[in-house]
Amino acid sequence: MLRHLALLLTLALLAMPLAAQETAPDPAPTDRTATGGAQTLEDILARQRGETVDDSFRRQFGNPDSAADPSAQLGTLGGASDPDLWRALRYDQADITVSSGGEVGRVLFQDGGMVWLDFRQNVLAPWGGWLLLGTIGALALFYLLRGRVRLDYPATGRTVTRFRAFERFSHWLLAGSFILLGLTGLAVLFGRWVILPTFGPEANAVILTGSKFIHNNVAWPFMLALVFVFFLWVWHNIPNRTDLVWIVQFGGIVGKKHPPAKKFNFGQKIIFWSVILLGGSISVSGLSLLFPFELPLFAKTFTVLNDLGINGWLDLPPFPTELSPQEEMQFAQAWHAIVGFVLMAIIIAHIYIGSLGMEGAYDAMGSGEVDEAWARQHHALWLNEVQARQDTQEAASARDATPAE
Amino acid sequence: MKAMLAGFAAIIVISVGAWFALDEIGFSSAERSSGQNVRLD
Repeated sequence: MLRHLALLLTLALLAMPLAAQETAPDPAPTDRTATGGAQTLEDILARQRGETVDDSFRRQFGNPDSAADPSAQLGTLGGASDPDLWRALRYDQADITVSSGGEVGRVLFQDGGMVWLDFRQNVLAPWGGWLLLGTIGALALFYLLRGRVRLDYPATGRTVTRFRAFERFSHWLLAGSFILLGLTGLAVLFGRWVILPTFGPEANAVILTGSKFIHNNVAWPFMLALVFVFFLWVWHNIPNRTDLVWIVQFGGIVGKKHPPAKKFNFGQKIIFWSVILLGGSISVSGLSLLFPFELPLFAKTFTVLNDLGINGWLDLPPFPTELSPQEEMQFAQAWHAIVGFVLMAIIIAHIYIGSLGMEGAYDAMGSGEVDEAWARQHHALWLNEVQARQDTQEAASARDATPAE
Repeated sequence: MKAMLAGFAAIIVISVGAWFALDEIGFSSAERSSGQNVRLD
């Protein structure tokens, strides 16, 4: 759901100029007889002022019907002219042949690059930055108001195994790689604005080159750990009726109640599915970026969205389905970063509750052993299951140990 | 704690392994974005 919302937000932002164009009243047709139909000084000045200019008249190339015979004077271009060629190049409609680079090399001008650059600098970076700072600020405020969630009863000294070694290994494989990916991703996005003016161009170049190397290669342990974690915990994260109690009591986040939970409570299930779905989406768009131009995703996705009529529900024009290879990469980058920011914000909250926010929570992933008092307080149903299983095993081993009569 | 350190060590091993493997099978960006007429070495 979040993925879709974020996609729609992007599309809405990207489509704004289009929508603005569409809703603007039709201006009176401009008289261009003085320039023989070419753009006028006023057209050029308007474009330089950053106004929206209807340049459709520049995208009409030649007219073979009115062409002079090739053998006649000025007839050899068949109704086209050299300016037609230059304008066709400008609007990426010329028939271009390249010796290498294929589809990518054939694109000489791509206006989508400016839309992407504008989005990256003026929407993605500030909004993403504020999202992370806002999350940290909200958690700091929450900590000041609520304080640490402490144990209601003293620790018993008896422990139960909450996570086995392979579960903890997979968690830290995922966690360590995600933190590296997050930090290096932020460095690549904010390096020019933060690292460059602070530490100078040499340091910026070294940090960003290193960040790109780490980001590209640490992607693999992240994806591997995502698969491990999915198979290890999916069974425990299927929503069930006990989650309703958690939702009604708002997880005990406010107040002193501790809703009973199995191995994972509803809040943890939200974290799990966020990691799987958003992390999965980041992985797919990341693979598209790791192998540039090999795995285009968005033209196909937009075709499906258009076929479903999603744009109609939102009163938007159809999503673009003919994208240049470069535009595919730009969409992949934008999507990768948007979903990355959302997941980073969620994981910051997860790190808070797993360390500073709750007494005893870290032990679950540190040593894997939690005190019974902690387990009873936060995962009572799970503790009952574990103890019932232990009792059954002990009874069975006692029976086996009894010599046959 | 051991599991955490093992996880972090695995990040390094898998990352370096991926770097070598992708380079070996010709997925370096230098090779992917060049043609037959370009000499890389």
